[in-house]
Amino acid sequence: MSLLSLHHPLSAPGEQLRVLQNGHKPFASALAESGLFPLTATGIGVLQINVGKLCNQTCKHCHVDAGPDRREIMSRETAELCIAALRQTSIPVVDITGGAPELNPHFRWLVEQARALGRHVMDRCNLSVLLLPSQADLAEFLAEHRVEVVASLPYYLEQQTDAQRGNGVFAKSLEALRRLNALGYGRPDSGLPLTLVANPVGAFLPPPEHALEADFRREMERRYGVVFNSLHTITNMPISRFLEFLLRTGNYDRYMQKLIQSYNPAAARGVMCRYTLSVGWDGSLYDCDFNQMLDLPVGQAAPGHIRDFDPEQLGQRRIVIGQHCYGCTAGAGSSCGGATVKQG
Amino acid sequence: MSGYYHQEDLARFSEIGEHAPELWKKFSEWYGAVFAEGALSEREKCLIALAVAHAVQCPYCIDAYTQACLEKGSNPEQMTEAVHVAAAIRGGASLVHGLQMRNAAAKVSM
Repeated sequence: MSLLSLHHPLSAPGEQLRVLQNGHKPFASALAESGLFPLTATGIGVLQINVGKLCNQTCKHCHVDAGPDRREIMSRETAELCIAALRQTSIPVVDITGGAPELNPHFRWLVEQARALGRHVMDRCNLSVLLLPSQADLAEFLAEHRVEVVASLPYYLEQQTDAQRGNGVFAKSLEALRRLNALGYGRPDSGLPLTLVANPVGAFLPPPEHALEADFRREMERRYGVVFNSLHTITNMPISRFLEFLLRTGNYDRYMQKLIQSYNPAAARGVMCRYTLSVGWDGSLYDCDFNQMLDLPVGQAAPGHIRDFDPEQLGQRRIVIGQHCYGCTAGAGSSCGGATVKQG
Repeated sequence: MSGYYHQEDLARFSEIGEHAPELWKKFSEWYGAVFAEGALSEREKCLIALAVAHAVQCPYCIDAYTQACLEKGSNPEQMTEAVHVAAAIRGGASLVHGLQMRNAAAKVSM
């Protein structure tokens, strides 16, 4: 169940922010020492649309607090406003996320419209959704529209994956990956990109992206005959369910210290909020999906809703920051596109 | 002092450089170079370090290299095998000294 359904205090963004504001070096100071304060957008290269919090899984680290019990979902009217905004601009990438975004009844319409505008569309897919009876033709739909599948898979073994994402999820993920591979996803030159996203199964930082990608490539093929195009690593953000895990297990202070000690100015320069605009299920605008979940909308100088979309103002807005931002600047950095300081 | 080992002390490791800063600097640079990717990957080096940490029974090193192994993408099966390697060498090292015992006994025996 979600924190919200459990009436857990940390389901409230205000309580999460209160915990995060205690005691550690302010993120603004770290940015200032690297000459990056105030942090500003450098344009809009990605429109990330969060179509709702409904999900068929309840992962232990989920920053959205998504689950089958959540009912917040983007309406057709708001989806139309997103398409209208895209039509005004040449934003090249549309990144559709959730919850399980495919469970939104307007997901396929949104994909079709964005593709008709010639935009690259990414579906942040939990894989198991592909096996739901209601989604029997989803993989074919994604392939037909040349959608990039960005699939969550924390590790190449069942134990770790199920520990984070729920019992039986690894087996379902493998079946979904095989179904995608059969359609051409993950195969070189098929034009159907399959990107895996791995995040740590616990209170530690992700491995170097290039090294983990090599491990995954070898093990996924050897053990399961599954192929993919690339792998992204993502740091677990100390908010929502992962914050609850950190506090419950006594790992919070050590994890925050690790994030802060690992602050990397190069990663800070490349944070995704500088080139991403995040749209909430109700059309509200945010600098990123994490700010969205913490109820931290774009600064007041920029339009706050997709109906008032103004690419000029939004493309040079000042980014709203908080202590959670250390999650994106630790080590090689972290973003929806993986590490922000690429190696190897 | 309630005990000899404190988890917080791991983060204070660099204080040992206070009265010998040049030696600490040299150690730090060498240490960093040792663990950089080379003929062995960073992940492999961390597994070796984890095994050695168990052989020398250093709780700080065990704590640090458990985290480091996870952060390099190793899993508990691989880490447990590394600990068994350390245990096997320690056990084997004891046992092979049994030959000294045998030699010593043979020398004084009829």
